[in-house]
Amino acid sequence: MSENCTGSCVPGMTKDMLVPQLAVVTEIRTETPDVKTFRVESPDGSPLFDHMPGQCAMLTLPGSGEAMFSITSSPTEKGYKEFSIKRCGQLTDALHAIEPGQEIGIRGPYGKPFPVDTEFRGQNLLFIAGGIGLAPLHSVIDYVRANRDAYGHMDILYGSRSAADLVDLEQIQNVWMKEKDTNVYLTIDRPQEGWDGHVGFVPAYLKELAFKPDCTAIICGPPIMIKFVLQALIEMGFDKTQVYTTLELKMKCGIGKCGRCNIGSKFVCKDGPVFRCDEIDELPNEY
Amino acid sequence: MSLKKIALNELNKLFAALSLTKKVYLPVEKAGQYDYAPWEAGVEYRPEVLHTVKSAKSVFFPQSEDLVRYRRSGLSLNIECEAPEDEDFVIFGVHACDVKGFEVLDRVFLSDPADTYYKARREHGAVISVMCGRPEETCFCGTFGIDAEKPGGDIQSWISGETLYMEALTAKGEEIFSQLGGIVADAGEDDAKAVEETLSGHREIMKKLPLSSLTTEGFGRDADLLGLFNRPEWKELSASCLGCGTCTYVCPTCQCYDIREYNTGKDIRRFRVWDSCMYSDFTMMAHGSPRPDQMQRFRQRFMHKLKYYPDNYDGAFSCVGCGRCLQKCPVSLNIAKVMKKLGGAK
Repeated sequence: MSENCTGSCVPGMTKDMLVPQLAVVTEIRTETPDVKTFRVESPDGSPLFDHMPGQCAMLTLPGSGEAMFSITSSPTEKGYKEFSIKRCGQLTDALHAIEPGQEIGIRGPYGKPFPVDTEFRGQNLLFIAGGIGLAPLHSVIDYVRANRDAYGHMDILYGSRSAADLVDLEQIQNVWMKEKDTNVYLTIDRPQEGWDGHVGFVPAYLKELAFKPDCTAIICGPPIMIKFVLQALIEMGFDKTQVYTTLELKMKCGIGKCGRCNIGSKFVCKDGPVFRCDEIDELPNEY
Repeated sequence: MSLKKIALNELNKLFAALSLTKKVYLPVEKAGQYDYAPWEAGVEYRPEVLHTVKSAKSVFFPQSEDLVRYRRSGLSLNIECEAPEDEDFVIFGVHACDVKGFEVLDRVFLSDPADTYYKARREHGAVISVMCGRPEETCFCGTFGIDAEKPGGDIQSWISGETLYMEALTAKGEEIFSQLGGIVADAGEDDAKAVEETLSGHREIMKKLPLSSLTTEGFGRDADLLGLFNRPEWKELSASCLGCGTCTYVCPTCQCYDIREYNTGKDIRRFRVWDSCMYSDFTMMAHGSPRPDQMQRFRQRFMHKLKYYPDNYDGAFSCVGCGRCLQKCPVSLNIAKVMKKLGGAK
């Protein structure tokens, strides 16, 4: 994973994993009032690094800090990485204020991806996301779309606080809804003018839709949503070995050394962030 | 074994000779406390000092170090990384516990992907250990299978009477001896006997230490993780913990670090600093912390040393029984109490 330093670094030395590489933000899309998607490329257009769906990368805007974000784009898009980022702290505030052309630092990829080429292959897939929780699943969904014949039927259940808070709504409506053998179900928490779709929380809608447990479920969202979705899936006859999620804890190094993202003996940065739900049962309840 | 010797009152000659080509770190007094610092003329080695305040890990894993320099101008960003250590150095006077502490850190920082900065220091640093002269009531290295009489490193040494006896254990150690021709002398049979007597005397002291019967039973790889985690005793064990983090800063095996930034006015430095799982902001994110109570943070530190670390590193414990935390905790909490309360041994 290491590479030699170039340019202004020490010639010939192996670059440490904690040192980011230079990247440039080439495009910024406003998704919702507090979510923007950032397209990141290397300055010379060469691929930054290879990743798989579910993996993360550290983005740094020097002066404002560094944090781990899940990579939203599919690995099949080699030329860039995209990150859908919600404004919720010091660094994300600063990122929301930058403009295209801004150079930033990036390092990664980190963590274990979803088993898209193994356990997921040939399976029917049920994606359940809430709010910004769509970000890590986006990469999986686009990867499945790019290799559509390798997977079975795809259901996507996505909910948010309001219609304006549905991330990537345009792509969902124009692309995902038209994808073959794919159903998309959208819901918002409370009724609002101009919305004629479903209203209600994701776990309740999930039960209403009564999916058969003949698929693999992949869930991501606020911790409380994950909890109730998992409960609902169990009631619907799913086994925890059929359900995957991705966890998030504070991270600094990304390589299992700085010591802060552990849940029991596992480090979310390297043993996760993707876990099968039966694996989580064996961990202390500290996430 | 090929034993060398040097009179204690000649040690400054040894430090001076080594200092011609490399830095020599040893416990140095500053404001009434000892910590590892480079030797310079006038600094005396004090064998009666059992522990430095900060452990010897600070030489390989400094409390704070710069990693990257950034310069931002408009949209552009320049990234420069700091150069890792490229000069040889020696660390003298390390006791068995701290030497074992290096191994605990090695498993973390040298495992793939290795930490470049730590690795460079380990490669360039040579360790000259000295058997501890006077173990204290707080010592319990034996609990973790550490043989205090064989302190290890590249050269290990023992003080008997007014003489330091040294034995090279590695090629690095032999190389140091080759630089010390004329300063250290070959030891004879009588010397070997003197060392053996010192060792057996030391063994007797170790047996009498109050924590000598403390065992790791009930911890480690085979222990039930959730069973240990959910023990109700954590609450009373941690009740008086202040969350000051002193235990982590004096610990030879605590590895956790933070990465932070400092704006110098000219550039932005990204640096690494020791951090403590005892602090409430250690795991704090924009949406909250998974360990909001001090009890949880206290439990994390000891679960890490006695269960999580062994799970990840072939059963090895992340404690070397140096006893610094027993000496320094302002409210007398420590790992020995935790082990007595929750472990198999009473």
